[in-house]
Amino acid sequence: MNEPAAIETRELTKIYGSGNTEVVAMHNVSLTVRRGEVVALLGPSGAGKSTFLTAAGLINPPSSGQVFIGGQQVMDGPAAATDLRAFRRRHIGFVFQKANLIPFLSAHENVIVAMELNGASPRAARARALELMRELEIDNRARYRPAMLSGGQQQRVAVARALANHPSLVLADEPTAALDSRRGRQVMELFRGVAQEHGAGVIVVTHDHRSLDVFDTIYEMEDGAVTRLPADHAPR
Amino acid sequence: MNLAAKDVRHNLGRFALTAIGIGMLLMIVMGMAGIYRGLIEDATLLVDRIGADLWIVQRDTRGPFAEQSRVPDSLAYRAAAVPGVASAREFVLHTIQRQHDGQRLRMTVMGLSWPADKGEWLPLLAGRPLRQNHFEMIVDQSLGLQLGAQLRLGKEIYEVVGLTNGMVSSSGDAMAFVTAADSQAIQFDKAGEAIRLERSGRERRAASHETILRQPGLSEQFSGSMANLPAVAPPDISAVLVRIAPGADVQRVAQIIGGWEDVTVHTRQQQKDLLVQGMVDKARRQLGMFRALLTIIAAIIMALILYTLTLDKIHAIALLKLIGAPNRVILGLILQQALFLGALGYAIAYVVGQKVFPHFPRRVVLTDGDLVQLAVIVVLISVMASLLGIWRAMRVQPNEALMG
Ligand SMILES: Nc1ncnc2c1ncn2[C@@H]1O[C@H](COP(=O)(O)OP(=O)(O)OP(=O)(O)O)[C@@H](O)[C@H]1O
Ligand SMILES: [Mg+2]
Repeated sequence: MNEPAAIETRELTKIYGSGNTEVVAMHNVSLTVRRGEVVALLGPSGAGKSTFLTAAGLINPPSSGQVFIGGQQVMDGPAAATDLRAFRRRHIGFVFQKANLIPFLSAHENVIVAMELNGASPRAARARALELMRELEIDNRARYRPAMLSGGQQQRVAVARALANHPSLVLADEPTAALDSRRGRQVMELFRGVAQEHGAGVIVVTHDHRSLDVFDTIYEMEDGAVTRLPADHAPR
Repeated sequence: MNLAAKDVRHNLGRFALTAIGIGMLLMIVMGMAGIYRGLIEDATLLVDRIGADLWIVQRDTRGPFAEQSRVPDSLAYRAAAVPGVASAREFVLHTIQRQHDGQRLRMTVMGLSWPADKGEWLPLLAGRPLRQNHFEMIVDQSLGLQLGAQLRLGKEIYEVVGLTNGMVSSSGDAMAFVTAADSQAIQFDKAGEAIRLERSGRERRAASHETILRQPGLSEQFSGSMANLPAVAPPDISAVLVRIAPGADVQRVAQIIGGWEDVTVHTRQQQKDLLVQGMVDKARRQLGMFRALLTIIAAIIMALILYTLTLDKIHAIALLKLIGAPNRVILGLILQQALFLGALGYAIAYVVGQKVFPHFPRRVVLTDGDLVQLAVIVVLISVMASLLGIWRAMRVQPNEALMG
């Protein structure tokens, strides 16, 4: 076990606002996800799940605490310890709570752009994007713009984009909320496959208790604090 | 993948409209330069076409185009006698405005010194040079008259026998060419009653004048035509045009004639310079100021357009940053669109200008130099105008993509 963890957070704390409007959205969250491990993060609305995910994903700097990805320290408190943008495009795949696609690009191009930004050749990018979209059953919508896709279709495009660069860390915020249970399960299994094949660490925020069996580890977040649930204690 | 092009294609109608707007603005900037070039070209073209090597004008004046110049017609004979002069001819120029078929005709009449000059040097589009020393005229086509048209000027009727192209005076009026004698008849035409009154006035003044009292026979002569009173008639030509004999030295001849106390000599180049500096200079500066203002306005409008285009993309830009796009990509997106809009606007300005400018009342001349200069200005404006948008885009935080 001296292989570095996919991600390790140490005492991450996030405080929004100040004075009267101060909100402690996340408090001393220390959590480690190994390579190949698929983790679920449960918790009520407002618990701080998105706050944790964006801090771990180097989008929303924590007020204090550290983030290590692949053994490399990338955040030291609110300060970046590396070029975050370059780090994100190389190592992290995101799926957000609301599908975030670029409106002037087609579904296919939304996936391709992530790869081209990462230096992939247009040809290789096209092929891989199409393959991912086929797996997610949205290849028949490849040429559509996001505005012409349903919420679930958009979310699947976002999943394809997140996985396009073979990330070593996948962070997904309720990726299946807009999907029917069969497709929701399909997405979860896709994450599982990415974890196993590429040794990626995966953290999924979910409310979908039916697919919890896919996960290796389940955490619960409440009022900004994270606790680990024993696998057999997963709420049903 | 070119993000700028993808965005343009997505918002095609909007980009097209914007480009047309910028194009119209640039067309006006382009036209301003063209009008200025047209002014200069018209002025210098006329001097070149007239083709004199030296212009002899009234002492200390700047020539017939710039101000009133009056010299006696005998000056032509004096000049012709100077060694090195091949020919010297009279030059008469005045502008008139007459009614013809209910249309207002404004023209600058130039007298040709018959019979030496029948107008063979004119760039004739149709018709022929003058064939008789009265009642024929050659006019510029911009006057709108046809060959054979009959035009009443003064007491006579003139027939249009030739049409020129591009012969306009420095104020943009069409040129009309008649013989010098006709030109004077047109210029000094007075109503019959005015002539009768003038003659009786002359007789009255003469009756009390010492000279006439001593020599009563002279009074007969005063009742004749003014042109027959060389001693008292006003000097009646504007300038004398000199052509230098082949091999003779222009400077030398200019020096000799310049030594005469009653006249000033200008070379052709000096005449052109005087025209451009004197007559056209104010118009030129006026146009220059206007052009500078329009350029600034175009820059401001483009900056606003590019800023709003950027604001519309703020979410996409935040998202691009979020998935790790480097600043270079975002900068390229905004800058490429700015340059694209600028280039498209410029092309529209050029194409529409080519169609529209020929219908302007005065010539609009687009020179390569001016076009290149404007192209450089457009590139600079596009870059400057996108700075505001770039500044905004650089400040966007990636997590803004997750809000709203
Ligand atoms: N930008 C912000 N400014 C101020 N407070 C914020 C901000 N973002 C989140 N919060 C607060 O932080 C707390 C945690 O929010 P967060 O979005 O992380 O919750 P969540 O667990 O993702 O909830 P949900 O399941 O509804 O998405 C909430 O109380 C929220 O009001
Ligand atoms: Mg959330």
